[in-house]
Amino acid sequence: MPKASITFQDIGVTITVPAGTRLIEVSEKVGAGIVYGCREGECCTCLTRIVSGHEHLAAPSVLEQQVLRDNLAPRRHRLACQAQVLGGCLVVQPA
Amino acid sequence: MTAAATPDGAVPVAPRVHWIGALDPDLRRFDIILRSANGTSYNAYAVRGSQGVAIIDTVKSGFSETFFRRLESIASYDEITTVVLNHLEPDHSGALPELLRRARRATLLVSPQARLMLQGLFDPADLAGRVAFVGSGDHADLGDRQLQFLNTPYLHWPDTQCTWLAAEGILFSADFLGCHYCDSRLFNDAVGDFRFSFDYYYRHIMRPFGSYVRDALDLIEALPLRVVAPAHGPILRRDPHEYVARYRALAARTVYGAATKTLAVFYVSAYGATRRMAEAVVAGAESASTAASEVRISLHDLEGGEAAAFVDLIEEAAALVFGSPTINGDAVKPVWDLLSSLTVVDLKGKLGAAFGSYGWSGEAVPMIEERLRRLKLRVPLPGVRARLAPTGDDFAACHDLGREIALHLLGRPTPRTLDLAQIS
Ligand SMILES: Cc1cc2nc3c(=O)[nH]c(=O)nc-3n(C[C@H](O)[C@H](O)[C@H](O)COP(=O)(O)O)c2cc1C
Ligand code: FES
Ligand SMILES: [Fe+2]
Ligand SMILES: [Fe+2]
Repeated sequence: MPKASITFQDIGVTITVPAGTRLIEVSEKVGAGIVYGCREGECCTCLTRIVSGHEHLAAPSVLEQQVLRDNLAPRRHRLACQAQVLGGCLVVQPA
Repeated sequence: MTAAATPDGAVPVAPRVHWIGALDPDLRRFDIILRSANGTSYNAYAVRGSQGVAIIDTVKSGFSETFFRRLESIASYDEITTVVLNHLEPDHSGALPELLRRARRATLLVSPQARLMLQGLFDPADLAGRVAFVGSGDHADLGDRQLQFLNTPYLHWPDTQCTWLAAEGILFSADFLGCHYCDSRLFNDAVGDFRFSFDYYYRHIMRPFGSYVRDALDLIEALPLRVVAPAHGPILRRDPHEYVARYRALAARTVYGAATKTLAVFYVSAYGATRRMAEAVVAGAESASTAASEVRISLHDLEGGEAAAFVDLIEEAAALVFGSPTINGDAVKPVWDLLSSLTVVDLKGKLGAAFGSYGWSGEAVPMIEERLRRLKLRVPLPGVRARLAPTGDDFAACHDLGREIALHLLGRPTPRTLDLAQIS
């Protein structure tokens, strides 16, 4: 199965995950500071800064784009409960 | 003296600005979490310009009649061009659907964060084509005066905004700077002593959102304020800056200054096993701290104090470590009492960890870790469990846990590489 690697900068953990994993699933397993509320892409609690490797995430849905806009999210920020890792190496930080 | 609220009339706040809210002197419990000794008010306002009237906030349903009577005493519905809801909580949006039905020309202005909430609160048919989303930099034109908007999320709902009438120096501040205090004399220079209510409201409603409070204060302190007109309690027209300064003091962080990180270890122990583990965690943390002042470490027996007394300490702490034995398949009550008292503080991003001695099943540590995660702490380090009397290895594991937490606080966590398949 294709793999990806995610580094959670706030806790110094790098983890290998299968492609298709959502950021939030990993974050909660390793206990990083990316936290969640609704898990349905609505509340924006899980806002995450993609420090590098933005291109390795599946493109945001229309709903995610709307929620990011409504919450005035800066560039290169995604909802961890929505963003799926496709491969490659990513570095992320809680927003 | 000043005009007091009569049963029907609108009360002038400034030229062409009126209070049209409602008094609720009988309320004693609010939003489940708050009490009030003398009720509250639902403050709504009308602002007239040369080209139209704006209504800012409405009232709780059940108080609509008074609100509409006051409104009708100073404006007709066809003059209303704008309705602003500074947040959508039902105590302020109760009369909104009826207001939009009566004021056919009016557009509802809310923050973008209100988009999904509108769907949850109202019939879409009432709102179709009537809503616009506004943020910092936008304004509503009333002809010879404008309303501007400040995006101030999470004070205390995600969609909270403040509305600024520059022409009169009035900030319509939603629940921010408000309180549950009912007095028909309405203005802070005329009502009774409401300092207690003001601080109490802050501590229960705004305190969990400290970082958002500080951001909002940055915006508000830059304004030439003459009046703060909140959605509950007295209108602050004498020395409004003093109330802003009071919020600044209440929201101030760190007794020791940002450079010092604090680590608090809490435990409960019947036979001393968990207590000795706690001491090892503290010793480990101390071993990582090169200069004694870098990480301040404290150890607390939860049986030695009330949960409420520890809450202030937790608000300041950068890391919280909890030790509990497992008793009847659970962590012990003093731990849960404390962990259920923390909704008034901002926990996001603090470090958390757990440890404890157990006899055969050991549920306490994973249950605490799960709770800490759901409270939005970071819990990167696996907890330590010791079967009955801790061994040398157990103490070493506690020591490592304390040391690693201190290193995290010092910005030098030991890098780790994991595979999801191994930790699932
Ligand atoms: C003080 C306060 C805090 C709230 N905090 C949250 C929250 O953190 N997350 C959430 O989803 N809803 C929150 N809400 C919204 C309530 O859950 C919502 O209004 C709900 O419909 C109330 O249900 P009830 O009518 O049974 O009281 C909060 C409401 C209040 C009054
Ligand atoms: S958890 Fe609510 S948007 Fe992701
Ligand atoms: Fe509110
Ligand atoms: Fe309110």
